[in-house]
Amino acid sequence: MAPTDVAAQPGAAQPVTRRIINDLSIQVATVNGSGSQTANLVLLRSIFQMGVPVSGKNMFPSNIAGLPTWYTIRANHQGYVARKKEIDFLVAMNVETAREDVLALEPGAAVLYDEPLKLSTLRNDLVFYAVPFDKIVAQVCHDAKLRRLVKNMIYDGVLSKLLEIDLAEMEHALRRQLGKKTKAIELNLAALEAGFAFAGEHLVKQDPYVIERMNKTAGMILVEGNAAAAMGCMLAGVTVIAWYPITPSSSLPETLISYMRKYRVDKETGKATFAIVQAEDEIAAIGMVVGAGWAGARAMTSTSGPGISLMGEFAGLAYYAELPGVVFDIQRVGPSTGLPTRTAQGDILKVATLSHGDTKQILLIPASAEECYTMAMVAFDLAERFQTLVFVMSDLDLGMNTWMSNTFTYPDAPLDRGKLLDDAALKRLGEWGRYRDVDGDGIPYRTIPGTGSPAYFTRGSGHNEKGQYSERPDDYVNNMERLSRKFETAKDYVPKPILTGDLDSDIAIVGYGSSHWAIEESRDQLLREVGASTAYMRLRAYPFTEELEAFIDHHQRIYVVEQNRDAQMLSLMRLALSAERGAKLRKVLHYNGLPIDARSITDEILAQEGIARPTHAGASEALVSASGPSEGPEGSAARSGAPERERAGVGPRRR
Amino acid sequence: MINETLKSSITPGAPKTNRIGLEHTLYRGGKTTLCAGCGHNAISERIIDAFFEMGVDPKQVIKLSGIGCSSKSPAYFLGTSHGFNSVHGRMPSVGTGAVLANRKLIAIGVSGDGDTGAIGIGQFVHLMRRNVPLIYIIEDNGCYGLTKGQFSPTADVGSKLKTGVVNDLTPIDTCALAIELGASFVARSFSGDKKQLLSILKASLSHRGTALIDVISPCVTFNDHEGSTKSYAYVKDHDEPLGEVSFVPYFEDISVEYDAGTTTEVQMHDGSKLYLKKMAEDYDPTDKLNAVRVIHETARRGEFATGILYIEPDKPDFLELLNVVDEPLATLPVERVRPGREVLTEIMDSLR
Repeated sequence: MAPTDVAAQPGAAQPVTRRIINDLSIQVATVNGSGSQTANLVLLRSIFQMGVPVSGKNMFPSNIAGLPTWYTIRANHQGYVARKKEIDFLVAMNVETAREDVLALEPGAAVLYDEPLKLSTLRNDLVFYAVPFDKIVAQVCHDAKLRRLVKNMIYDGVLSKLLEIDLAEMEHALRRQLGKKTKAIELNLAALEAGFAFAGEHLVKQDPYVIERMNKTAGMILVEGNAAAAMGCMLAGVTVIAWYPITPSSSLPETLISYMRKYRVDKETGKATFAIVQAEDEIAAIGMVVGAGWAGARAMTSTSGPGISLMGEFAGLAYYAELPGVVFDIQRVGPSTGLPTRTAQGDILKVATLSHGDTKQILLIPASAEECYTMAMVAFDLAERFQTLVFVMSDLDLGMNTWMSNTFTYPDAPLDRGKLLDDAALKRLGEWGRYRDVDGDGIPYRTIPGTGSPAYFTRGSGHNEKGQYSERPDDYVNNMERLSRKFETAKDYVPKPILTGDLDSDIAIVGYGSSHWAIEESRDQLLREVGASTAYMRLRAYPFTEELEAFIDHHQRIYVVEQNRDAQMLSLMRLALSAERGAKLRKVLHYNGLPIDARSITDEILAQEGIARPTHAGASEALVSASGPSEGPEGSAARSGAPERERAGVGPRRR
Repeated sequence: MINETLKSSITPGAPKTNRIGLEHTLYRGGKTTLCAGCGHNAISERIIDAFFEMGVDPKQVIKLSGIGCSSKSPAYFLGTSHGFNSVHGRMPSVGTGAVLANRKLIAIGVSGDGDTGAIGIGQFVHLMRRNVPLIYIIEDNGCYGLTKGQFSPTADVGSKLKTGVVNDLTPIDTCALAIELGASFVARSFSGDKKQLLSILKASLSHRGTALIDVISPCVTFNDHEGSTKSYAYVKDHDEPLGEVSFVPYFEDISVEYDAGTTTEVQMHDGSKLYLKKMAEDYDPTDKLNAVRVIHETARRGEFATGILYIEPDKPDFLELLNVVDEPLATLPVERVRPGREVLTEIMDSLR
């Protein structure tokens, strides 16, 4: 059956005239700390178990309990997992936000609400389902103190009925979620079933949304980017981890701790093959990483923007004294404390040049949970190969939200420990100098204390090829030029950008990180709505590689999509590329703290192209009342004049 | 240059070697660039002597420092050891990371009173709490030498800059603070007291955990004038040794005759013995409250109590607390740090 089949539903009081199958976004509005997370994850997982592509995003406040929080679940048969701008189904549990949440909905959306909120009088162009949560919960949970925690399972039960989500799948997901907590399972199951029964007896289906079994999630997993990164770190053989708690980074080291305790304790001795320290601040965390890296360990930390700012001085030391380490930056909204629980790609420019003086840092930019896993391993190899910090630029959306993913592949490649001076190397080199470029790639040989190899004095002050203190102009220049050479060499080692789409199209897009999913969806929208095919390059690292230059040369108008106000990646590209190439770049920006969505990208590109979007766009999208006006001028993009219609010059294309 | 105490025992053509067969010269470092007469140079000399006499393998030693005059000094001793002159006030974190990476390393960190008491006070505090195995020397001259003499947080109330500016802020007593924070070896000495400083340094090499040694080290250029409480003249007159420190390493099978009424014996973790001959008063270096009291009382009199102020030889160090394997983490083979395929499969299955 086609996923968008429309069918009448006989027997209903107000019959639904159409069915929208496996294409909706659900938003659950609750109060932080009310225990809704279990219910939301059960809902998400039950849809996943039915084979329907799904994603879950938590828009939570910087607060432990009491402030509003929204959890959105998107199910989409085409596999779109980016945030969908429009809410199709609102579950209104929060008295504080209910009114505003309802008023913001597009006509035709459905609202499931706690009966006393009396929301149905607010609008007459929505579908309303009133559910007396307190009455239902009182019947299934006799302990008044526990009612608050199981109450949320009732909306899962109601949604199971209304959206045709198999109740058995919900039960399965619930058992999985709660593990061995028998009492909790019992209570939650009762609430789930009570919700289902209530909907069956009292509610008449009036909205078109249903979930129907598919086979698009077989063999896949649901995982957060931070957990994926933690797995990568463990398999990369990390031994020293120093960190300081900060949202949205903390779940990375915390997940890593749980894995390491389980899988990295020596069976014979019961001792740990790792050391994890919760440091006193981010400065100490990076200091420990740098010290451990100097002493030969695979060391890492994980942080977010404010921590990155604090790490600046050490980042310069590691760059200049050439010491390895891995830093995860799970980006959030700045400046300052900013919106600490909201997402952004706001640290790109800062981290690329982190520290004072002339500094260039290596960045890896994962777009998926799977890349969080693989790039963690690449990061440790590159850090030791290039004897410098490597920054993995994730973000809150990627790191903390729940993503579908293919299962991860076990690493086959051995660890690359880089250029360590052993006896053979010493024999070959004759005389060793810590900072001497003997191979022409800018990468010197290093030694590790305690291994018996020749010592050197590590310093952040000026030094010559032998590591001796020097203020000589020629020594300084030689060293800085070698560091530049080393950065050039890194271009051959960092993950290459990924090129897809119609390479002869007029419109080219450059994107990176978690924006990827919305960009892919936007490209489909552009094709479906105005017939515009696009070429797309997803950047995965800094330094940029020659593929980017070839891509820019090949196209006339290149839209750089990113989640910050100041077009940071575009600016970095302009720093690294020729003025001619830089002039071709256009901004598409999204920076309101919510994960970027396809609609915003599409609308912005169309506006800059000077193309009006048809009112009734694509087939399946049109069925949903979705395609409303954009949220506003989120992307302060430079507008272009008349659209250029010339074909991009076709030149030799490099891969 | 050969240490005074060793000169007599040297016979031409057969330089004296220590118990691991190394010559004293191997423990020397580069030529100092500090001012002539700087107390820090005397401390470097004592470090050289202590490491030589204890027969420490320089290949196992790491020298760490922050920024400042004091922090330059690791370049002037143990030239065949790895050294790391890091970031201002952050030597403790670098040292912690290095020791975690390789627990076999013998770490000595040199800091100053500004590097420790001002910018680095946070890391100092947490290093002491963790009892990271590291010898932490504060070369304490009460001023910022490298930036030309500004007051540091250990400057005494009433001490005067050359310009006549008087310090009126209460100094931080790093030893009292360290004891409060749970440090397991706290000593204070004077760069001019060769014998005491050498004994303390040797004892610190036998200690497991952080050994804090605050060494009053006059700055001859900026803080050695009349009115300074950290001048050679002042310190010589106001040094108040708590007792004579004698140290017998575990490898010297000597039994020391002492009068039980006047000498305290402390058994170090590695089997070495520390003998503290009581002088000024009946002093028990394992009595924490008394140690703090004595530090405050001598300070009130404008004096410095020197010697081993506090010691807790059996306190578990940070690596024990973290239950880290005995081998250096840095060089564990891949089989021990990369779990097998079955582990990834198990995790994947839990996420399906």
